[in-house]
Amino acid sequence: MTEIFGVPTQALFSQLLIGLINGAFYAMLSLGLAVIFGLLNIINFTHGAQYMMGAFCAWFLLQYLGLGYWWSLLIAPIAVGAFGVIIERTMLARLYKLDHLYGLLLTFGLALIIQGLFRNQFGSSGLPYQMPEALTGGFNLGFMFLPKYRGWVIVASLAICLSTWYVIERTKLGSYLRAGTENPALVQAFGINVPRMITLTYGFGVALAAFAGVMAAPIYQVNPLMGADLIIVVFAVVVIGGMGSILGSIITGFGLGVIEGLTKVFYPEASNTVIFVIMVIVLIIRPAGLFGRER
Amino acid sequence: MATPVSTAALPSRLAANGFALGTIAMIVLLSVAPFVGIYPVFLMKALCFGVFACAFNLLLGFGGLLSFGHAMFLGTAGYLAAHAAKVWGFPPELAILTGTAASAALGVVVGMLAIRRQGIYFAMITLAIAQMVYFFYLQAPFTHGEDGIQAVPRGKLFGVLDLTNTLAMYYVVLAIFVGAFLLIYRTVHSPFGQVLKAIRENEPRAISLGYNADRYKLLAFVLSATLSGLAGATKAIVFQLASLTDVYWTMSGEVVLMTLLGGMGTIFGPVVGAFVIIGLENYLAGFGQWVTVITGVIFVVCVLAFRRGIVGELAAWWAKRRA
Amino acid sequence: MKAVNHSLRALAIGALFAVGAAQAQISDGVVKIGVLSDMSSLYADLDGNGSIVAAQMAAEDFGAAAKGIKVEIISADHQNKPDVGSAVARQWFDTDKVDLITGTTNSGVALAVNQVTKDKGKAFIVSGAASSDLTGKACSPNTIHWTYDTWMLANGTGSAIVKTGGDSWFFITADYAFGHALERDTEAVVLKSGGKVLGKVRAPLNTQDFSSYLLQAQASKAKIIGLANAGGDTRNSIKQAAEFGIVKGGQNLAGLLVFIQDVHAMGLNTAQGLIFTETFYWDMNDQTRAFTRRFIQRNKGIYPSMIHAGVYSGVLHYLKAIEALKSDDGTKVIAKMKEMPTDDPLFGKGTVRADGRKIHPAYLFEVKKPSESKGEWDLYKTRATIPADQAFRPLKDGECPLVK
Repeated sequence: MTEIFGVPTQALFSQLLIGLINGAFYAMLSLGLAVIFGLLNIINFTHGAQYMMGAFCAWFLLQYLGLGYWWSLLIAPIAVGAFGVIIERTMLARLYKLDHLYGLLLTFGLALIIQGLFRNQFGSSGLPYQMPEALTGGFNLGFMFLPKYRGWVIVASLAICLSTWYVIERTKLGSYLRAGTENPALVQAFGINVPRMITLTYGFGVALAAFAGVMAAPIYQVNPLMGADLIIVVFAVVVIGGMGSILGSIITGFGLGVIEGLTKVFYPEASNTVIFVIMVIVLIIRPAGLFGRER
Repeated sequence: MATPVSTAALPSRLAANGFALGTIAMIVLLSVAPFVGIYPVFLMKALCFGVFACAFNLLLGFGGLLSFGHAMFLGTAGYLAAHAAKVWGFPPELAILTGTAASAALGVVVGMLAIRRQGIYFAMITLAIAQMVYFFYLQAPFTHGEDGIQAVPRGKLFGVLDLTNTLAMYYVVLAIFVGAFLLIYRTVHSPFGQVLKAIRENEPRAISLGYNADRYKLLAFVLSATLSGLAGATKAIVFQLASLTDVYWTMSGEVVLMTLLGGMGTIFGPVVGAFVIIGLENYLAGFGQWVTVITGVIFVVCVLAFRRGIVGELAAWWAKRRA
Repeated sequence: MKAVNHSLRALAIGALFAVGAAQAQISDGVVKIGVLSDMSSLYADLDGNGSIVAAQMAAEDFGAAAKGIKVEIISADHQNKPDVGSAVARQWFDTDKVDLITGTTNSGVALAVNQVTKDKGKAFIVSGAASSDLTGKACSPNTIHWTYDTWMLANGTGSAIVKTGGDSWFFITADYAFGHALERDTEAVVLKSGGKVLGKVRAPLNTQDFSSYLLQAQASKAKIIGLANAGGDTRNSIKQAAEFGIVKGGQNLAGLLVFIQDVHAMGLNTAQGLIFTETFYWDMNDQTRAFTRRFIQRNKGIYPSMIHAGVYSGVLHYLKAIEALKSDDGTKVIAKMKEMPTDDPLFGKGTVRADGRKIHPAYLFEVKKPSESKGEWDLYKTRATIPADQAFRPLKDGECPLVK
C-alpha cells in the first residue's frame, strides 16, 4: 500500500474526506453567521441552537407526522427561520442602537434558554434519526469506502453555499442587501424597507443553520448540545474568513475542514486547536480576515 | 464597551462613606453567616466567584473590554494550585500563589495578543484562545482530563492552621476575598483607575493627552487575570478538585452574567451578582437543566431591560431620591 | 431507543416508610439513601431513573416498615462531571444527613465520591462505575464495588475473543477513568494470551461522530476493534461502523461493555453476534423474571440492566447489615457487609471481599439473531458461565492498601 509522508494513502484520503464533510457543515453554518453579521453587525450566538432546532424539527416531523427527510429539508428551515424572525422583531431590534456586544450577550442568553429547554425535555445523549432510504449504502472507491449520504452532504452544501453567494453577489436583491450593509440610511432614502430586509436576512441566516441541522440529523445523533461546541469553531471560521464576507466563509469553511482532517492524520493531538491557532494568527496579521474588509 | 452606569452620581465624600459602610456591613454579614445556618461550603463557593466577578468587572466595567475567555484564568490557576498541592506537596498558601502566578503569566501572554483589537474582535480572540487552553488541558496528562485532579489536600496554612476544618477554611477564604476586593477598590480609585476610565470613555482623546492606552489596557488585563487566578486557585483548594468545568467556555459566560446582573462598573455589583447566581444554581440544582434555562432568561432580561444590574439600578434610584 | 424523560418528579422522590420506633443509634432515626446517577446523558437509561426504582424496591422487599426502620431515598444528577458529583456528595453528607450513596455510573465521578465518602466516614456502594481502581489503588473502607468492573470485563470478554482467533486489536477508548482502565485491563489480557495491540485512539466522552476514529481503526487492519466505551458511545460506534462497512470489510467489533438497553436501542439487526460479559440478565431464572415483572411497571417498561440489579442487591445487603448492627455508621456498616455473606434473588449467593469487591459469577452472553428472538427484550443467549472465584481479579493483585 502506498504511503505519503509515512501515512498510508487510505488513511489520508479517508480523513480528508471526513474533513471535507466537516468543512461542509462549517461552510453552511459560517455562511449563515456571515450573512447575519454582514447586515446586522451582530454575532448570532444562537446559531448553534438554531442548527440544533433544525435537526430536532426533522426528528419531530419524522416521529410524529411521518414526514421524511426530504420534507424536512424544506419545512425545518422555514419553521426555524420563522422563529428567528420572531426573535429579531421582538428582541434583537431593540439593541441596534446600542453597543453591538449586547447583541452577542442577548443571543448567548437565548442559546442557553433553548439548549436548556431541549435538554430538560430530551436528555443529552441523542436521539436516533434514520437515514433516508435513497442515500443508504455507499461506493467502494478502492482507497476507501464512501457512504452515499456523506457524499450527498458535500454536494448539497456546495449547492446551497454557491446559490446563496450567487443571490447575494449577482442579483438585484443581493445588491440591495449589500448596499444596506454599507449605508442603511441612504438605501432607506431610496425607498427600500431596510428594517424588513434586516428581519428577513436574519431569518434567512437562521434558516441556513436549520438546513445544516437537518443534514446533520442522520449522521450525528440529534441531541440538544450538538450545536454548543460546534458554534465556537464556526465563530473561528467566520473570523478567519472575514466577518462579512460570503465567499470568504464558504472557502474558509471547506478549507479549514480539510486542514483539520489533515491535522488528524499527521498530528492528532492538535486537531481540536488548529483552527483556533490559525484564527489567532490571522487576527494578528490580517485582522479583517482573509477575505474581509475592515469596518 | 460603554458602561451605562453614571459614575459621577454621588459626591465623592459621600461615595467614600457609602463604600466604607457597605464594606463593613458586607464583612460583618459574611463573618456571621456560617453561624446563622448557611452552609459554609456554599458561601466559600460564592466568595471565590465573587473575587472572579470583581476581577472580571475591573476589565469590563472599568476598562470597557469584554473578554469572553476569562475561564482560562480561573481554570489555569485551579489546575496549577491543585497540582502544586497534590503532586509537589506545597502548603496551601504556596499552592494558591503558584496558581495565581500562572494565571498572571498567561494573562501577560494573552493580553499582548488580544489588546491589539477592540470590541467584538477582542471578545473573539479571548474566546478562541480560551478554547485552545481548554483543549490543551483536555489532553495534558497532568490534568487527568475528564476526571480532573482529585483528592487535593487542603493542608495547613503556614504550617499551623489546619484547613480541613471547614470554619478555618472559610475564614481564610473570606480574608482572601476581602483582600482582593479592597485591592480592586484601591485600583479603581487610583490615578491608574481614572486613566483607565478615560480610555474607556474616549480612547483617541486619552491618547492625544499623552497616555499610552495600550499599556494601561494591558495592565488592567493582567491584573484582572491575576485576581481571577487567585479565585480559581482558592476554589481548587476549597473543593479539593480541579476540573475541566473551570476552563470551559460556559464558565466564561457565567462570569459575564454575574457582572452584568450585579451591575457593571459598580464596586459591589459583581459580588451581589456572584451570590445571586451561585445561590440560584444551588437552589435549582435539583431541577435538572432549569438552571441553564433560568441563567439564559436572566441574561436576556438583563440585556433588554436591566442593563445597569442590581447595584446599578439601586444606585440610580438612590441618586434620584437625593436629587 | 426512547429518550428518558427527566422530569422534576423523578428527582426528589422520598420513599418514606411507616414510622416505627426510632432506632437510637441510627443517625436522626432515618436511613437516608442518595441515588447519584447520570439522569440525563449517555448513561441515563442504564442507570438514572431505574436505579431509583431499584433502591425503592430493595427497601420495600427488605420490609423496612415492618422492622421499624425508616428509609428515605433521594436522588440527583451528576451530569458526568466529577465536580458536580463530589459537590452533591459533600452537601448530601454535610447538610442532608445522607448515610449511603449508590448508583454512580461514571468512574471519574465515582472516584471523586469515593474520596469524599472516605473523608466523611459514610458509605458508598458503587453499582454503575467500572474502574477496577475502586478496589485497587483507590480502595477504601467506606466503599463497596458491587456489580462488575473493568478487570472482569477484560478477562471475560477479552480472553473469550482472543481464544476464538481475535489476536490483533485496535482500541477506541472513552477518554476518561473508565475507558483508560478498561483499555489497560483488556490490553493486559490480550498480550498475556499472545495477541497484539496495533493501536489505540482516545475519543472524548459523549462523542457523537466516531467516523474519524473508525477510519483509523479500519486503516490499522486489526482483526478486532475493541470499543472501550459504554452507553451512547458504544451505540454510536457500532452504528457508524456499519455505515462505513467495517464489519463487511472483515474486521469485528468487540463491545467491551454492553448493556441490554444498548442492544435494545441498536436493534438485533445491528447488534447480533456481539459477545460480551455481564453479571445479570433478566431472563436467567424465575427469581430474576419475577423481579423484572415488578421492575418494568415502575420504570416505564424499560428492562433492568445489571447496574439496576446491583443497586437492588447492594441496598438490600446494606439494610440487612444495618439491622444486624443496629447502627448506620458508614465505616462500621461497610465492615459488617464484608462479614456477612450475601444472598438475594438477583445474584444468588456471594460475598464481599476485604478490598470492597463483591464476588459473584459472571456470564458470557451473545446477542441473538433476529430469528432467534421471541420478544422485544428477548435479546441474549448465554454462552458460558464464569464461576465466582475466577470472575474477578485475585485479591493479591489489586494493590489495595487495605489488604497488605
